[in-house]
Amino acid sequence: MDVLLQAIASGLLIGMVYALISVGLTLIFGLMEIVNFAHGEFLMLAMYAAFWGSLLFGLDPMVSLPATVLALAALGVLTYYGIIARILKAPMLAQIFATFGLGLLLRGLAQFFWTANFRTVPDSFLAGLFGGTVRVGAVSLGVPQIAAALLAGLAFAGLYLFIRHTRTGLALQAVAEDRGTAALMGINSDRMFALGWGLGAGCVGIAGAVLASFYYIYPSVGVLFALIAYIVVALGGFGSVPGALVAGLLVGLVEVVSPTLFGFSPAYKYAVVFGLYLVVVLIRPRGLFGQF
Amino acid sequence: MSGDRPTAAMRQVSWAWVGLIALAAAAILIPLMFGGVAQLNLLVLVLLYSSLAQAWNILGGFAGQVSLGNAAFFGIGAYTSTMMLIEWNLSPWLGMIAGAVLAAVFAVIIGYPVFRLGGHYFAIATIALGEIMLIMFANWGFVGGAVGLSIPFIRGEDRRPADSWLFMQFNLNREGYLIIGIALAALVTVIAILIQRSKIGYYLRAIKNDELAARTLGVNVLRYKLIAIVISAALTAMLGTFYAQYLLFIDPETTMRLELSVLIALVAILGGVGTVAGPLIGAAVLIPLSELTRSALGGAGNTLDLVLYGGLIIIISVFQPNGLVALTRRGGKGRSTALPTDRQEAMAEEAPLLGGGDGR
Repeated sequence: MDVLLQAIASGLLIGMVYALISVGLTLIFGLMEIVNFAHGEFLMLAMYAAFWGSLLFGLDPMVSLPATVLALAALGVLTYYGIIARILKAPMLAQIFATFGLGLLLRGLAQFFWTANFRTVPDSFLAGLFGGTVRVGAVSLGVPQIAAALLAGLAFAGLYLFIRHTRTGLALQAVAEDRGTAALMGINSDRMFALGWGLGAGCVGIAGAVLASFYYIYPSVGVLFALIAYIVVALGGFGSVPGALVAGLLVGLVEVVSPTLFGFSPAYKYAVVFGLYLVVVLIRPRGLFGQF
Repeated sequence: MSGDRPTAAMRQVSWAWVGLIALAAAAILIPLMFGGVAQLNLLVLVLLYSSLAQAWNILGGFAGQVSLGNAAFFGIGAYTSTMMLIEWNLSPWLGMIAGAVLAAVFAVIIGYPVFRLGGHYFAIATIALGEIMLIMFANWGFVGGAVGLSIPFIRGEDRRPADSWLFMQFNLNREGYLIIGIALAALVTVIAILIQRSKIGYYLRAIKNDELAARTLGVNVLRYKLIAIVISAALTAMLGTFYAQYLLFIDPETTMRLELSVLIALVAILGGVGTVAGPLIGAAVLIPLSELTRSALGGAGNTLDLVLYGGLIIIISVFQPNGLVALTRRGGKGRSTALPTDRQEAMAEEAPLLGGGDGR
């Protein structure tokens, strides 16, 4: 029983991080029906930004977080104007492979300049906080993981309030709903798309900064996270922000709990996650909350 | 260009290309008979990837069902023949047939449920299936797990590695691999041309352009999608057997990884989706480029080849979104009417939110 409780708690914590990584993807898709296949590399760059901030300037990833988020948002906007804006009308396949090419390019550059070595941020603030772990009854949880989940929750709340309750957020929704009509209302869809990329990459920036506090950093670190993010986004329904949250938690939960509960090797945990996706979309072909 | 009557022009274009490529292949092949091992290896890889992309094209290009999990079929082919060879000492030619049959059965089993999904949901589902297969094989001790399987050398009377057509293994004169590679490429290309020109090809294109309309006109959508995936899977599995015999070593990472599935699709897309010439052009451009950049810039952990490769993909996607094959057709008008692929582009231009009519 304690083991199960422990697994559930751990699963929910990592699930929040998955949700945060995925929300950027789903936001961009909701706006313009493009899947960013360089998403994992954005995460990788955010983690390296935190790492270099710590190594060169002695800044803890939590201190450099605002800078990391801004840098990632800038990268997102740049990607939009540099590549995405030019392929908005291209066939879906060309869109997939443009961002895929960007991912390869970024991964190659990272490995070229920073080598394939595994790096860690030594003595990060979060890892040292409260001695690194917190015990609640029989369940013990890592402080960095708890902080990551809390930050992810905050980011989600902020994003939700922004989209729902600001004029710019409403304009974003309008563009996602109907580009043409939004244009008639005087909304510049081009700027909204750029904003979407900025926000989406910014969310990845938060996730990367937190992950850098307790996770290895290497050029292909984003690959598995991105793969999970695609599953999360599709599971929740492409373009649905609440969907990303629910699906992220669900994936985290299944990933950690299922080996404990059914007693199979953790080596199969991702197979179960992918299987979960297949089962869900066979029942609900547009994911849990999808409209597309 | 011939404007509104695309089919005749299309046939001409594809046949012309096939002829051209056959000529080019001959021009490379004849000197190669006296050439080195590296050139032979490059040529075999070009043939292999163009065939894989062509097989992908039958489902992904003609029918518009974008699969990013074709490596699973490739792995089934590689593992089936290798296990039959190791366990029962059966010829890989038999294994190739058995692998094709197994992959076809697997394709039908997954196709039934997965073909209900549209667009990106389908693509992600194929990724999920491919990854599940990879994880299962990497943890399945019977087939060697993550360590993989080595195919024992065929040995001559002097106990040294030898050649054998029966066991599809050429340790002395590697030209045997080239001949089989050419034969397989020819087989896949001919099948693709036959499908493109047949009733099935027209149905597949109808499904790609507008699934609902095709269904309304009485096309049995599921049935033709299944036909496409079965042919695509069987051919991909046969190439998997060839690959296993060529390398004499397989493991889940090399035969089933996601990057392989993506590369297969990429070759077709760079060349031109939905055309027979596209995968041939794509492989002829991409594979030598990737191998050359790797040998010129790569090595010792240097990844500039990845950078160049990624950059090239971006440039082609942005400036030539219909693939290199579109370069052969002059002017904007011709590009938007001559081929069924381009109708998709035209639709996307009219209604950007459709994002390319992926049949929902």
